[in-house]
Amino acid sequence: MKSFRLVWANLRRKKIRTTLTIGSFTVALFLFGLLAAIRIGFRGGADAAGADRLNTINRVSLILPLPLSYRDRILKIPGVSGITYANWFGGVYQDERNFFPQFAVDKDTWFDVYADYAVSPEGRDAFRKDRQACMVGRNLAKRFGFKVGDRIPLRGTIFTGNWEFNVAGIFDGGRPDADTSGMFFRADYLDENRQFGQGTVGWYVVKLANLDDAVPVTKAIDEQFANSPFETRTQTEKAFTASFAKQMGNVELLIMTIGSVVFFTLLLVTGNTMAIAVRERSGELAVLKTVGFSDVRVLKLILAEAILIAGQGGFIGLALAKIVIPDLSRALPMLGALYVSPLTFGLGFVLALLIGTAAGVLPAVGAMRLRVVDALRRV
Amino acid sequence: MVSIDGKGNGPCLVCVRDLDKIYTRGSEEIHVLQGLNLEVDAGDFVAFMGPSGSGKTTLLNLLGGLDLPTSGSITVAGDEITHMSAGKLTNWRARHVGFIFQMYNLIPVLTAFQNVELPLLLTRLSKAERRKHVETALAVVGLADRMKHFPRQLSGGQEQRVAIARAIVADPTFLLCDEPTGDLDRKSADEIMDIIERLVKEHGKTVLMVSHDPRAAERARVVLHLDKGVLIEAAAARGSV
Repeated sequence: MKSFRLVWANLRRKKIRTTLTIGSFTVALFLFGLLAAIRIGFRGGADAAGADRLNTINRVSLILPLPLSYRDRILKIPGVSGITYANWFGGVYQDERNFFPQFAVDKDTWFDVYADYAVSPEGRDAFRKDRQACMVGRNLAKRFGFKVGDRIPLRGTIFTGNWEFNVAGIFDGGRPDADTSGMFFRADYLDENRQFGQGTVGWYVVKLANLDDAVPVTKAIDEQFANSPFETRTQTEKAFTASFAKQMGNVELLIMTIGSVVFFTLLLVTGNTMAIAVRERSGELAVLKTVGFSDVRVLKLILAEAILIAGQGGFIGLALAKIVIPDLSRALPMLGALYVSPLTFGLGFVLALLIGTAAGVLPAVGAMRLRVVDALRRV
Repeated sequence: MVSIDGKGNGPCLVCVRDLDKIYTRGSEEIHVLQGLNLEVDAGDFVAFMGPSGSGKTTLLNLLGGLDLPTSGSITVAGDEITHMSAGKLTNWRARHVGFIFQMYNLIPVLTAFQNVELPLLLTRLSKAERRKHVETALAVVGLADRMKHFPRQLSGGQEQRVAIARAIVADPTFLLCDEPTGDLDRKSADEIMDIIERLVKEHGKTVLMVSHDPRAAERARVVLHLDKGVLIEAAAARGSV
């Protein structure tokens, strides 16, 4: 583009103003990256949920248990290829600020149904052999420096008392957004030592033989336990994870609201800046038109400036978010695995360019319509 | 040969017929130009003089295709510009007109080279060809050694020379100068007029200039006086009318 030098020179005309405007985009897009990462974190990995898994919970509430005896009955339903179960534990490690999720799971089946977790064969073996064994996620291990063989003491809040676990292995996630900030330990250890609820589980995870069977299997499970003391509600893992996240409140709406306000403000600020820039340069724009620059070409020059500002600011903001957010994630593990995905980066960048374009449209149209004679008279 | 009688004395480079320009301010109509006729041949150097508000700059704007007349016609090198669309007029301007303003009107964030190069960005010339043209134009105005200087690093006279280089770089059909020495001291003004005179004599350029300065106007081959939108008098400074 032959006129690029002109666009670039104009951007450097008022360095402080340009820097501040780029800075506005940087801050806004950093915030966008952060909010998008938190949104993913709060969705509890719903996007990463297995399409071939169903979750069965108590129809009344997620916090009410289901009998362990349901396991074999569910397993007999046509279309079910595997089943496992889990319980929420809710223990405290040293201090309540050190929160991380702990689940009591079936030692034999959990990592078969969740085959996307990468666990070493030695780790799995140790998990099966030791009643007090636990598997810790990679992020959790990094956070507290846990390693295989360490002993982790937890103070029970639901199941009171002091509980001790031996680290049998460290698991990794199959995807970058997989949550590895938690810990799994054996359900039989919980069952033997808890004061109430023996012989029950928190929820079942059902593995489908065929993805197309999700609807009939869901129906079959819930029909089987209809009118029993423990009626069930079965849903896809994605829906289950999303409903789990919703218990925290409508975080998505909150994030969308904050994001919209920030971007609308950015649009006004940038639009105003561009309008001032165009007004200051009306004489120069008139000269450009005088030497033969068409109205459309002048419009493109102004739009290019706005888009270039937005593009630079947006890229810096998103790059910063990509660098900083993983560290933030380690510092605030309760938010889950936070990261800026390529999709978030791309979406944010396109959004920045769109806002830049929208902010530049009115000033650019004003420049396009500028009458040379009027503008030259003002010089 | 310059004529203002409107009789059509043969082919001309710039032919103006019965030109009217009326501005409307509220309910009031202001006749800036009234029934103006003018014929200018290629290679002529014409100066327009007259008091403020006499319509000099309006005439220049109309001749340069920056404004449209209320009635009448302007034909330049065979093209009637008064009925051209805005887009066509812009293209026509880029090809045929070089403008020189009183306040130079250089882009402050571009170097002298880049300012002169501006009209060439609209052509199909390669970068190397553009460079050659710009260097030639700057050499003509004696600023070959100031190519990388920004306007703020140049004196007023030098800025106006850069503006002249920008006006001639695309080799336009004619130059329109609006008080080219109005903002300069005597010495710089004389230097600018020397350059404009040289462009006419040595390069065969056609120049139409508006000026309040009699010393600048006397360099022109023909001086025309405008008063209240009418060409009321024509005087041959150094040639026949």
